[in-house]
Amino acid sequence: MQTLNEQDINADGHVNGSMRKHRSPFQLSLRRFLKNKLAIVGMIVFFIIVASAVFAPLLTEHDPKAHNLLKVEQKPSSEHILGTDSSGRDNFARLLYGARVSLTIGISTMVFTVFLGLVFGTLSGYYGGKVDSIIMRITDLFLALPFLVLALTIIALLKKVTVGLFVVIIAVTSWPTLSRIIRGTFLSLREQEFVLGARVIGASDFRIIFRHFLPNAIGPIIVNATLLMAAMIIVESGLSFIGMGIPQPTPTWGNMISEAQGLRILRYHPEAWIPPGLAILLTVLSINFIGDGLRDAFDPKSDRR
Amino acid sequence: MYQYIIRRFLIFIPMLIALSIIVFGLAKAAPGDPFSGKILDPEVGMEVYEKQRAELGLDKPVPVQYVRWASKIAQGSFGESITYKGRSVESLIKERFLNTVYLGLFALFITLIVALPIGIYSARRPYSLIDYGTTTFGFFGLAVPNFFFGLVVIYLFSIKLGWFPAQGTISSTKLTGIAEFKDRIHHLVLPGLTLGLASTASYMRYMRSEVMDVLGSDFIRTAKAKGMSANNVLYKHTLRNAMIPIITLLGMELGPLLGGAIITEQVFNFPGIGTLFIGSVINRDYPVVMAITLLLGVAILVGNLLADIFYSVVDPRIRYD
Repeated sequence: MQTLNEQDINADGHVNGSMRKHRSPFQLSLRRFLKNKLAIVGMIVFFIIVASAVFAPLLTEHDPKAHNLLKVEQKPSSEHILGTDSSGRDNFARLLYGARVSLTIGISTMVFTVFLGLVFGTLSGYYGGKVDSIIMRITDLFLALPFLVLALTIIALLKKVTVGLFVVIIAVTSWPTLSRIIRGTFLSLREQEFVLGARVIGASDFRIIFRHFLPNAIGPIIVNATLLMAAMIIVESGLSFIGMGIPQPTPTWGNMISEAQGLRILRYHPEAWIPPGLAILLTVLSINFIGDGLRDAFDPKSDRR
Repeated sequence: MYQYIIRRFLIFIPMLIALSIIVFGLAKAAPGDPFSGKILDPEVGMEVYEKQRAELGLDKPVPVQYVRWASKIAQGSFGESITYKGRSVESLIKERFLNTVYLGLFALFITLIVALPIGIYSARRPYSLIDYGTTTFGFFGLAVPNFFFGLVVIYLFSIKLGWFPAQGTISSTKLTGIAEFKDRIHHLVLPGLTLGLASTASYMRYMRSEVMDVLGSDFIRTAKAKGMSANNVLYKHTLRNAMIPIITLLGMELGPLLGGAIITEQVFNFPGIGTLFIGSVINRDYPVVMAITLLLGVAILVGNLLADIFYSVVDPRIRYD
């Protein structure tokens, strides 16, 4: 994730601008992105998944939380396309509504993590010195604990985990990586002449950060945010799988797969746990393709493909 | 360089202390103490519980409790487990620790054996069929959640084909010598593959890009120009340089590997540190949770320390000041 550098996006418009019709760096990036077949396929798949989450009530008439103890662990039938789970809930409905929860958690955790990463990365990279070393020591500490261990320990302290609380826990334990990337970008920007220029003409810190730093760092931030979202979907499903994430009966893909921890379902009802697994795989793949496409699009040096 | 190593080591000590404070703080933040988790017997008066709490030092101020706790740990004692009555935390961890180490080493072994040669090959023949295969595998390997992959391999290779056992570390304690070793490896195959999948995929990518970077540099062109054989260029110049960042990455790999082991062990019901950790988290067995958290934190700090020191030794171009 840390392969990006600060010069990914700027300077690009100027190279080509004088020779051809002028295109802004953003337009150039967009053109590169649209030419990337994998990224486009990723976009299409991702939109299909989002659409099926949004229109879940139109695609199934079953309630994902309604259990029916008379219809437990049924094989697929015309009524229940993917059968029912150990509480008699419709697997197909849970798959669709699970997409809502998994995507919501993925997106909101990503937004919150990016926010924290931006705040601390900016403070650290822009001001440097003491602020920087304090924040960096804090990130060192966070990075010294496996993320999962830290998140699990915090979850263990709480009585009940809700979706909102879950998002906060994951974001609070995972911002350090991103803030380091942003810090690195800012530290190198700090030394460049246009920043000195801005400072000389009396621009405020606020203005320098928002007008000069962030636009130059937006490429790495967007790319990492995209990849982070995919990672967060995996984290949520993993924690739910071991029963430490979103509690039942809320449908999430991880909750659905956790049914397969029982040998009977694992063995005789693959239709119950393989579809949510494939759903995670497809979602993460499509987001990663989009992320890689964005990375190439923001990188003027990557004109290989 | 020696100065750098010493300085790096000096940073390590306050980090260790800070880590222990965090772990202690997390455990203190937990609602209640070992007694409030249990149903208090109304027949026994409150003063008995108070006395027991005083014996454990739970009535002292928090900093005093921390110092007591830390000095005990320095002597190698993590206290007693709450769930397993009368068992010391060390003995519980000791029992499981080696299993996790074997699992991690086996996964790492698979990773290196598979990822490095394929990464090198793809770098030398970019955009070949194998290179595209590698890239595709890389995408999948990084996108599959390891617990799902674990379930799939259990379903295929254990339930359907019956090739490998899906659980445990050994089929009989009577086995010795080579038979025991074989049996243990047999049990490690599926969890090892599962744990190693993601790192295999990422090392392939790293190795490919590192080798490609080195192959593009001037000294390789010089070596080729003076008539060095392709094999010599590869082994003497390319690999030596490409391996530097890879070996450093190995030190950093400890964290993700241990984190991954937690979930992988759960899927395979593998008696290691990961299943012990999750079990303790669920049972709120804080002494065990604290000890494992601290242990993993220290392991990662040491790994990073070694990686940094190694880097400064191996690559003389790097100047630290």
